[in-house]
Amino acid sequence: MTITKSDSTGLSSHAADVRKSAALEFGSAWDYAPAPEASDHVRIDPKYGLFIGGRWVTPRSGRFFQTISPSTEQVLSEVAEANAQDVDDAVRAAREAYDKYWSKMRGADRAKYIFRIARAIQEKARELAIVESMDGGKPIKESRDVDVPLAAAHFFYHAGWADKLDYAFQGRRYRPLGVAGQIIPWNFPLLMAAWKLAPALACGNTVVLKPAETTPLTALLLAKIIEEAELPPGVVNIVTGAGETGFALVNHPDVDKVAFTGSTAVGKKIQRAIAGTTKRLTLELGGKAANIVFADAPIDQAVDGIVNGIYFNQGHVCCAGSRLLVEESVHDTIVKKLRDRMATLRLGDPLDKNTDVGAINSKAQLARIQELVAAGEEEGCERYSAPCQLPEKGFWFAPTFFTGASMSSRVAREEIFGPVLTIMTFRTPDEAVEKANNTMYGLSAGIWTDKGAKIFYMATKLKAGVIWGNTFNKFDPTSPFGGYKESGFGREGGRQGLSAYVEVE
Amino acid sequence: METTPKKSRGNETATADRAAEDATGGARLRGEAPIMKPYDGAKVATRVRVNKAYKMFVGGAFVRSESGRYFQVQNAPESSEAEADPETVNVPRGSRKDVRDAVLVAKNAWAGWEKRTAYNRGQILYRLAEVMESRRPELTQSLVRGGQSEAAAAAEVDVSIDRVVFYAGFADKFFALLASSNPVAGPHFNFSVPEPMGTIGVVAPDRPALLGLVSTILPVITGGNTCVALASEKDPRTAIVWSECIATSDMPGGVINILTGHAKELSAHLAKHREIIGIDAWIVDADLRKTVESEGADNVKRVKTHVPMDPEAWTDERKAQGLGWIERFLETKTIWHPVGL
Repeated sequence: MTITKSDSTGLSSHAADVRKSAALEFGSAWDYAPAPEASDHVRIDPKYGLFIGGRWVTPRSGRFFQTISPSTEQVLSEVAEANAQDVDDAVRAAREAYDKYWSKMRGADRAKYIFRIARAIQEKARELAIVESMDGGKPIKESRDVDVPLAAAHFFYHAGWADKLDYAFQGRRYRPLGVAGQIIPWNFPLLMAAWKLAPALACGNTVVLKPAETTPLTALLLAKIIEEAELPPGVVNIVTGAGETGFALVNHPDVDKVAFTGSTAVGKKIQRAIAGTTKRLTLELGGKAANIVFADAPIDQAVDGIVNGIYFNQGHVCCAGSRLLVEESVHDTIVKKLRDRMATLRLGDPLDKNTDVGAINSKAQLARIQELVAAGEEEGCERYSAPCQLPEKGFWFAPTFFTGASMSSRVAREEIFGPVLTIMTFRTPDEAVEKANNTMYGLSAGIWTDKGAKIFYMATKLKAGVIWGNTFNKFDPTSPFGGYKESGFGREGGRQGLSAYVEVE
Repeated sequence: METTPKKSRGNETATADRAAEDATGGARLRGEAPIMKPYDGAKVATRVRVNKAYKMFVGGAFVRSESGRYFQVQNAPESSEAEADPETVNVPRGSRKDVRDAVLVAKNAWAGWEKRTAYNRGQILYRLAEVMESRRPELTQSLVRGGQSEAAAAAEVDVSIDRVVFYAGFADKFFALLASSNPVAGPHFNFSVPEPMGTIGVVAPDRPALLGLVSTILPVITGGNTCVALASEKDPRTAIVWSECIATSDMPGGVINILTGHAKELSAHLAKHREIIGIDAWIVDADLRKTVESEGADNVKRVKTHVPMDPEAWTDERKAQGLGWIERFLETKTIWHPVGL
């Protein structure tokens, strides 16, 4: 796994340098001792029902499915599989809660319930982070420092909006939509639940949420938090299951609003499915973000930004900087420094506090990554994979990049959703813009340069919803996030994100 | 209808509420040659009228349909005194290829329109209002021929001009109302700004023929988008007269493109086109609305379909204009930058 075709090509001149570089001379003397996060205090039930109408119920389907740890392939728990009847129960509970409680409650009181959720997430932060890493495979330092704190922040931020919507829509009439059906992905399970639930609840809607089938556990722990926070029954309902469950929710006639985060292909299916109905829709879909590095950029910072941009969360990030566009004159320097940096990345046990790269979320996703990487090699792109020891059990993929790709390569066009970077070059800012925008996606982009004016020039021209200048993969509840073009529509976060959950006249 | 071979050129008479007109208009012939007034030798002796050929408005030029097809509209009976047109005029029946040509033009016009300053866009819109003001009689007369009473037509023109002025003054203000500076928890300067989406398809309501078109197109282009609009099928002629206002204002070619034809045929083509990023469709037929919504999913189009409002509602400032109309076809772009030494 360590070595690649590139060593027998033009890039091989770097190989000797790389071996000599300080980064790699640590040798075994610099090996880290294991630093596993203790998980003995974490309770995962052997079996979870559905959370409907404030109660835990056995699914009418009578069926359960296993959720495993992708790093060990061990079964963590069994989770209910909701069928159309279960979804119907959940939607009815949400409708009743909307009519009876939530739509009649003062915003100030809704706020207090949402604040409670934020506080409980902070109180249980350690447990949530551990379960997130166990169920999804992401490094504990990311779930502990990013996912869970941001989830709490999203609830805390949106709680405060609940009694201030008059200010958000000044001079315009607005009303909540009713029952929201929300479907979330497996890459940030708890955080995506927070992004969906918090604004919906703050704006006065009730919710049926469907977590992803490979990562249901933290959403179920969140259901316990919601139970403990004593939200009126049915305000939040959580139904677990796979795509079929999701479509039962999308197609339910009494759902007023559908919010989906996931692949562009499924997003299009959902958009088609709700044609002819009055359902409102927001979609947060795929991406193939350009991360653009100019020759005048602070190169070492940029290299760290590139690594963060694509290898954060194993590249399971819709806004990942998966297309690196470097100015031709610094291409070789960047590639060399990137290899050095990648050699220091530690891949392995997600619960180890030193781990940088965790497990691939599922076997299916690993197969998808392998298929696209093979396509990249077949198309003649040069591959480099970091020299990591891959554990025997579980699903793993070493951080990888391709050089020598053309704009038409599959690895340059398709979302890989894994730790795979495609590096291309440009000569002028306008060529960088042209290449960056030459995609059906438009979720995010990065710009690295020392010149402020150039950042704003580029930021104006790039067709993407989030632009990071001299930084990457930053998120905040106050900051609207969402895509252009086939990366979806609607925003999450900030004042702008509230529009997704109200009808404004 | 799409499959109509070019040879069998359409010769349809698409008039407003045909049955109603038949009831009020007296002697109408159906399925026969175009209706002619009895020959009036006295008029000919005075002056032979120059008839206008009505064409679609694409890229700042007036064009026929590439298909060569046409449909006919007739003067409303009450407007028989309106002398500038014959009783029956031929209007281009736009085709799928016309849609594609117009989208290409609109797409190419976008870069220039988007990068104009807000102040400049505002002035161009205001100039359009000036031209419309000076052509009030002509716009009014066209609406009368399309079936409006003299008074209603004059009122519709007045509100239409005022609506253009409303958006002219909004061009440099919506930005401040929709943008935000976001207090992120970290050393970053973070702000969000509205941006136009690109080329938007508009299916205008049949009535009111002028005010409906103005009210749907203006917010789209005020936001910096360009558009391809499908004019009222019942009174397409007024859309063309309005196009002459656009053509003689300072509006760059290609920003507003107006096609005439059958909504049932062309709406789906607009909805399917991948270079159209959003569509604002005012369609009576529920099945057609569903088709537009469904076809739009192909490129995750921002599809806004509506059951057309009552014609009177379009004069209501609270219902038919405002910030929300501009916001519908804007994206939010969020920009992050570190703050530090």
